[in-house]
Amino acid sequence: MAALTREETEALIAEVLEVYPEKARKDRAKHLAVNDPTLEQSKKCITSNRKSLPGVMTIRGCAYAGSRGVVWGPIKDMIHISHGPVGCGQYSRGGRRNYYVGTTGVDTFAEINFTSDFQEKDIVFGGDKKLAKLIGEIDTLFPLAKGISVQSECPIGLIGDDIEAVSKKMGAELAKPVVPVRCEGFRGVSQSLGHHIANDAIRDWVLDRRDNAAFESTPYDVAIIGDYNIGGDAWSSRILLEEMGLRVIAQWSGDGTLTEMENTPKAKLNLLHCYRSMNYISRHMEEKYGIPWIEYNFFGPTKIIESLREIAAHFDDKIKEGAERVIARYQPMMDAIIAKYKPRLQGKRVMLYVGGLRPRHIIGAYEDLGMIVVGTGYEFAHGDDYDRTMKEMGDATLLYDDVTGFEFEEFVAKIKPDLVGSGIKEKYIFQKMGIPFRQMHSWDYSGPYHGYDGFAIFARDMDMAISNPVWNKLTPPWLKPKADETIAELKKAA
Amino acid sequence: MAKLRQCAIYGKGGIGKSTTTQNLVAALAESGKKVMIVGCDPKADSTRLILHSKAQTSVMQLAAEAGSVEDLELEDVMNVGFGGIKCVESGGPEPGVGCAGRGVITAINFLEEEGAYDEDLDFVFYDVLGDVVCGGFAMPIRENKAQEIYIVCSGEMMAMYAANNICKGIVKYANSGSVRLAGLICNSRNTDREDELVMALAARLGTTMIHFVPRDNAVQHAEIRRMTMVEYDPKHKQADEYRQLASKIVNNKNFVIPTPIEMEQLEDLLMEFGIMEAEDESIVGKTAAELAAEAVAA
Repeated sequence: MAALTREETEALIAEVLEVYPEKARKDRAKHLAVNDPTLEQSKKCITSNRKSLPGVMTIRGCAYAGSRGVVWGPIKDMIHISHGPVGCGQYSRGGRRNYYVGTTGVDTFAEINFTSDFQEKDIVFGGDKKLAKLIGEIDTLFPLAKGISVQSECPIGLIGDDIEAVSKKMGAELAKPVVPVRCEGFRGVSQSLGHHIANDAIRDWVLDRRDNAAFESTPYDVAIIGDYNIGGDAWSSRILLEEMGLRVIAQWSGDGTLTEMENTPKAKLNLLHCYRSMNYISRHMEEKYGIPWIEYNFFGPTKIIESLREIAAHFDDKIKEGAERVIARYQPMMDAIIAKYKPRLQGKRVMLYVGGLRPRHIIGAYEDLGMIVVGTGYEFAHGDDYDRTMKEMGDATLLYDDVTGFEFEEFVAKIKPDLVGSGIKEKYIFQKMGIPFRQMHSWDYSGPYHGYDGFAIFARDMDMAISNPVWNKLTPPWLKPKADETIAELKKAA
Repeated sequence: MAKLRQCAIYGKGGIGKSTTTQNLVAALAESGKKVMIVGCDPKADSTRLILHSKAQTSVMQLAAEAGSVEDLELEDVMNVGFGGIKCVESGGPEPGVGCAGRGVITAINFLEEEGAYDEDLDFVFYDVLGDVVCGGFAMPIRENKAQEIYIVCSGEMMAMYAANNICKGIVKYANSGSVRLAGLICNSRNTDREDELVMALAARLGTTMIHFVPRDNAVQHAEIRRMTMVEYDPKHKQADEYRQLASKIVNNKNFVIPTPIEMEQLEDLLMEFGIMEAEDESIVGKTAAELAAEAVAA
């Protein structure tokens, strides 16, 4: 099926909106758009970062998920307390595949659920005393933990517990940072506010702790910001930077440590991968410490090469030569991958619906394989994300913000892409529709997908999903004979 | 046996809700009624005159000690005092921490689940914290709880504001359930024409002043001894006042959805009785210096 024209895409949106009641239709219409890559500002065509409609199936998370799950969770040598009832902590424990090196329970703690396990009495009488006790116990049981963060669940904000006072007191007592984070789930419209709150907590409680400490700088110090090391993404990125002659002094926050965060103000350049979740702290470091930051994209050779050169442009000839050396070294490997997979994937059409940066960052990697992204959207993007996305997407392609379950299914049913990339909640729906699917949050338990090494795995995985012979063996429900026809046939046979 | 009547007592903080409730309940018990008091205030001072104690150990206090409310038995939280009156305090946190409203919800749920509202009871009285600050303090007037609300007030301005505001809350729940306003109880502060004023307010709200309780120091004398009037000095005329209030409540059939009035109407009423001065619009927003300058000019 050829790409849809502008009119066809508009008609598709109109058709999908048809089922909504008037008020909902008016609201959802603003979140669905036909891409026009010539527009400079997305606000002319798509609305984002607004409250989801009641009654729809939204795929969003909450502020707590954004802070505990995304930003803070991967910092491996700190203990993150899920402060409130037990469930939030249990279901956000080690679920994002943030790989790390270390010994769990000794110097790394990411897989363990630490919670204050609120009961009725803690709601009624307040949880401050319990929190102080819990922090003391953590220090006794895990003395090598470098610090503690207090991730607020909803009730903390409702009953007005003073977690800042407890954190200050316990931090002084233990002589380690204890960081209160006001990421109650009801705040904001999605996990996005949680990222912001988490960034602010790092700014206020962590970042300046080593401002006057000795640090052996080099002119080539950089920090990776906004790479959560899913399936090892940050590692396959870091080696490229090191190979070109840079020194990575911090990873935020995948496989990251408290000390790395505290040392980041010494960096010469901050490299920002996930803009949405960590632009706040990058801007702060620019303002306070004068550290410039650039966005980069390590998905697929085209974007990797662009990014390596852009990063190198901030440094001297040694680094520039280093970048070219890295590019040249990996080019044959990339050529071989493309030679192998492109013929099998050429012209295949993809629809994406993911989180922070992927709905736009992965487009180039698909294009390197000859594939076309025909629809994309974000769970929790803001206008500046769509500004960036519209330039990456083809003319008249489909954009959907905070897509509802219904819309996504309808779009996929009508567009019939060769691959859908989204999350676990979407996976089986589309597979049952007979459409190949890859989870693009967790890399479907694969990865890394970043860097040159990651691209090799990415290409293999996409081919594995699309070229899997199982799709030819499967008869989707709508092609099966209807039940009454079957019964009639059986009767005839009898 | 008559159906259990559940009543809630609301009113401005400090107006004398707990004192009035306990004296009233003692009079009911004296007349042979089986009554339970449920204190819905973290201060837990709703049963002290019945039990002769400082503050009864509350449901939430016991739950915190035992680990959770599920670990408690009914007999742990319920004490029986003067006249066989059953007493429960919901309890709650110190001021400034936690969530007192949730404490009320938890405690009342516990009483229901444990079957505290047994068939022998004639009356349950909920004595609720002065200000309905959140959903928790509205718990006693939700569906299947108190059907009759009595508001304790006086002829003072703020008490009447509060009474009117409480009526607004009752309207909300009355429209979706069976809760009704059953009357105003005037706990006198010896202000001028107090009875007339409270009666006038009651009329505006669509109800009546069910009883005028005069001010008498004997109530304080009894209170110092942690007793109600009926028990401390049953022959005293003030004990009779509470007996009258009790009998009026027993016979009360006047249950209404209140008609709260607008702030201006309430202010007009107060001005009519000379409680409030007419407002001088010309001085609003003027600083002392500006007013002084105007006075010089004039």
